Amino acid sequence: MNNRLYGNLIFELSKEGRKGYSLPKNNFGNYEIPASMQRTEEAKLPECDELTVVRHYTNLSNNNFGVDTGFYPLGSCTMKYNPKINEEMAAQPQFQNLHPQQPADTVKGALALVKLLEQSLCELTGLAHFTFKPYAGAHGELTGLMTIDNYHRSRGDMQRKKVIVPDSAHGTNPASAAVCGLEIIEVKSLADGTVDFDDLQRLVSLEGANIAAMMMTNPNTLGLFETRIPEIAKLIHDCGGLMYYDGANLNPMLGACRPGDMGFDVMHINLHKTFSTPHGGGGPGSGPVGVREGLQEFFPVVSPYYGNYGVMMRAYAYILSLGREHVKEVGPLAVLNANYIKESLKDVYELPIDTICCHEFVFDGLKDKSTGVTTMDVAKRLLDYGYHAPTIYFPLLFHESLMVEPTENESKETLDGFIAVMRQIAEEAKTNPDLVKSAPHTTPIGRVDDVLAAKHPVTTWKVLKNEIL
Amino acid sequence: MLNVQSSMDFKYFPHTQDDLKAMMEKAGVKDFDGLYAQIPESIRFRGDYKLPSGMSEMEVRDLFAKLGSQNKQLTCFAGYGVYDHYTPSVIPSLLQRSEFLTSYTPYQAEISQGTLHYIFEYQSMMTELTGMDISNASMYDGTTAAAEAMMMAVAAGKKQNKVLVSGALNPKTREVLDTYALHQGIELVTIPVKDGVTDLSTLNSQLSTLEGVAGVMVQQPNVYGIVEDFTGFAEACHEQKALFIMDSVAADLAVLKTPGEWGADIAVGDGQSLGIPMLFGGPYVGYMCCTEKLIRKMPGRIVGMTKDNRDQRAFVLTLQAREQHIRRQKATSNICSNQSLMALFVTVYLSLMGKQGIKEAAQLSYAGAHYLCDKLQKTGKFHLVYDKPFFNEFLVRYDGNLDNLFSCYTMNGILPGVRMNDGNLLIAVTEKRTKEEIDRFVEALPLVNGLH
Repeated sequence: MNNRLYGNLIFELSKEGRKGYSLPKNNFGNYEIPASMQRTEEAKLPECDELTVVRHYTNLSNNNFGVDTGFYPLGSCTMKYNPKINEEMAAQPQFQNLHPQQPADTVKGALALVKLLEQSLCELTGLAHFTFKPYAGAHGELTGLMTIDNYHRSRGDMQRKKVIVPDSAHGTNPASAAVCGLEIIEVKSLADGTVDFDDLQRLVSLEGANIAAMMMTNPNTLGLFETRIPEIAKLIHDCGGLMYYDGANLNPMLGACRPGDMGFDVMHINLHKTFSTPHGGGGPGSGPVGVREGLQEFFPVVSPYYGNYGVMMRAYAYILSLGREHVKEVGPLAVLNANYIKESLKDVYELPIDTICCHEFVFDGLKDKSTGVTTMDVAKRLLDYGYHAPTIYFPLLFHESLMVEPTENESKETLDGFIAVMRQIAEEAKTNPDLVKSAPHTTPIGRVDDVLAAKHPVTTWKVLKNEIL
Repeated sequence: MLNVQSSMDFKYFPHTQDDLKAMMEKAGVKDFDGLYAQIPESIRFRGDYKLPSGMSEMEVRDLFAKLGSQNKQLTCFAGYGVYDHYTPSVIPSLLQRSEFLTSYTPYQAEISQGTLHYIFEYQSMMTELTGMDISNASMYDGTTAAAEAMMMAVAAGKKQNKVLVSGALNPKTREVLDTYALHQGIELVTIPVKDGVTDLSTLNSQLSTLEGVAGVMVQQPNVYGIVEDFTGFAEACHEQKALFIMDSVAADLAVLKTPGEWGADIAVGDGQSLGIPMLFGGPYVGYMCCTEKLIRKMPGRIVGMTKDNRDQRAFVLTLQAREQHIRRQKATSNICSNQSLMALFVTVYLSLMGKQGIKEAAQLSYAGAHYLCDKLQKTGKFHLVYDKPFFNEFLVRYDGNLDNLFSCYTMNGILPGVRMNDGNLLIAVTEKRTKEEIDRFVEALPLVNGLH
């Protein structure tokens, strides 16, 4: 049992008879809910006064780390600053109180915003139409693949069920394809991490008539731009397939290159990455899907209304704030920040592919492997120094992947501080490896026992309470 | 020369000209173009985006205010899955704590105990509300949670690919199910509705004649607001080895017989009714709970309790072997996040309302809805379509012209409900609707007739 008051569960702070709400009196007369409808066992929810609830969750927030807390170089997640004006705009009652079934003539402003955001995204991506129904990036992928599947079905091309995916792809790519009823074929990567064009040609000559699409991020998960993208797109189009762009890595392309111009037909955007909407501890996000002219009629219905409308409002506020002048500086500054870190650390961390990168890059652990200090240890030690860890053990191409993405909002001082700490940890790995291996030391909790959690799952207070008593 | 003049001219970019120079030198490039040398010139974007010029904060505010003023603020009697419930003031304030708002998925448990801790509480509360054993860390919304339940049933079954769906399920949910089913090769069969409720005798004959039924899905209260009696449903399903899936309005479970009590294997639905603003369709939060037996078949994230190396209680993402990033193409769901911040919303809501508050709110909604229903029937212009027990939403036939009713009511600041495809009107009342507002709904009626 945790003896710190604020480590308690809200259930442990409950006391019979306390209340944290106020509702108006019931003045409707005698309308009783019939007993036959009612549950027999009541929901054992906590009973707390308002201040107890406020303190509990405020203290929980203190055990969390966000972009507002400090540098968050989590690769592939684009943890950029989430501007406060966006929050203020999304909180306006003129939008908050709109029912999605209101007649169109009573929601003209809300609908206008959808149109304006769509136009902006079309311009930024070089595509013609967007649907905002998908709630997240993975949901967008699925929606995009369903769009592609619907297109092939409409042409009677029923055998096109295979999707080519690079072996370095995000785990959601193959999973989304599977949920869409499609089959994955992996295309190999070259030593430099880009698509092996020869292998792709081989796959296309073998499977051409069965290929529904090729799914790619560009830059790829190693942060490298696929220079042969025009040829790749042509190869896939010639065999009758479509090109799908995973927008997870769109950020460095702002101001540099548009997916539509690269030859992609369908894409999703993570508004919670490139367009600055908060990650919220895992959601809500938004994964709008864009297509070339003519494909919009194949959009599937993956949610009832306009998707996560509140997230769209934030993204639009961001686009308005940047405007055409600054939106094109997003990419270059993000890319510059990444290259600056990479070049400043590659003498102590293993850089398997030593070339200019885009918004992110991957180290394969410490250069000096003799200390036994792993990527996991480095990540945990970073927490002691007040940084969020980079993405670790992804991509799967290397054993000790450490994937760093700084975003355009970070100052040179922040990056220099991070670089100094990364060098310090490399030094500690040599002089005091146990210090690194046993990290973190200064966080609210130490390393957790994952095996215990999985072997003996305790996932509710109901079960936990019985174990304590 | 740097082909950038305006950096440092924008509040989100900290780079000074000196910084840019020093950093480019380190990166080994001369200018921004050098950073993109790998991009073939033929596809390089060189022009200006056709977007408005950057706006100051005041201009952004003005533009949103202008858009906002084009929306009409209405007293809401619409439901159909989205309800205008009361939001305690504490919630928006706590949700703006930026340690919650600006964090991501709690991969680093040591600095994410805030998120992991509240998800554990969320799971605990949702199992209490639904009467089930296990809850995941939340899903996008109710409709996609239902689709995941459908796929989960098919994956849990052996070579079964049919799911029977009540005809009284909200068509909005059904549409999403149809989408997922098409691509998954799942066959959806409708269970007919009789007198406004799912017909058990037809379900029984479907279950005994159809091969390969993996699951049966019903909704409570159903799309007409009717509280159905599901006696015998779970037994009928289990006899044929099909899973019984219940899609319920979360807030109503405060008092209604729970999916657990009805014998459901999977409980799903939308948590929007737990005080989440309607916000033109989202973000909301889907919930998914199941029996202990099905835990390893459940999609989405799950938080579990464990200990750290200092012997303290700690929370962590667990049972990850089920998830898409491990299973990749063998995955039966591609969900890779949860709707975390909205799960926090629900958790704080249920902490504040507590055991008593959720019941009181439900009783108010029930009373208000029945009070309005009685008054409308007394006008002689509205007729209850089904004579069945309802909760806070009911279906009426209106004797006049619905177009006129809607235009007159919205002109007078009232959203009278949702028009159904069958020409009837579905009206919902929550604890937020005062007696005065409800009386005004009835008193506005002669104004409509004046339009005729």
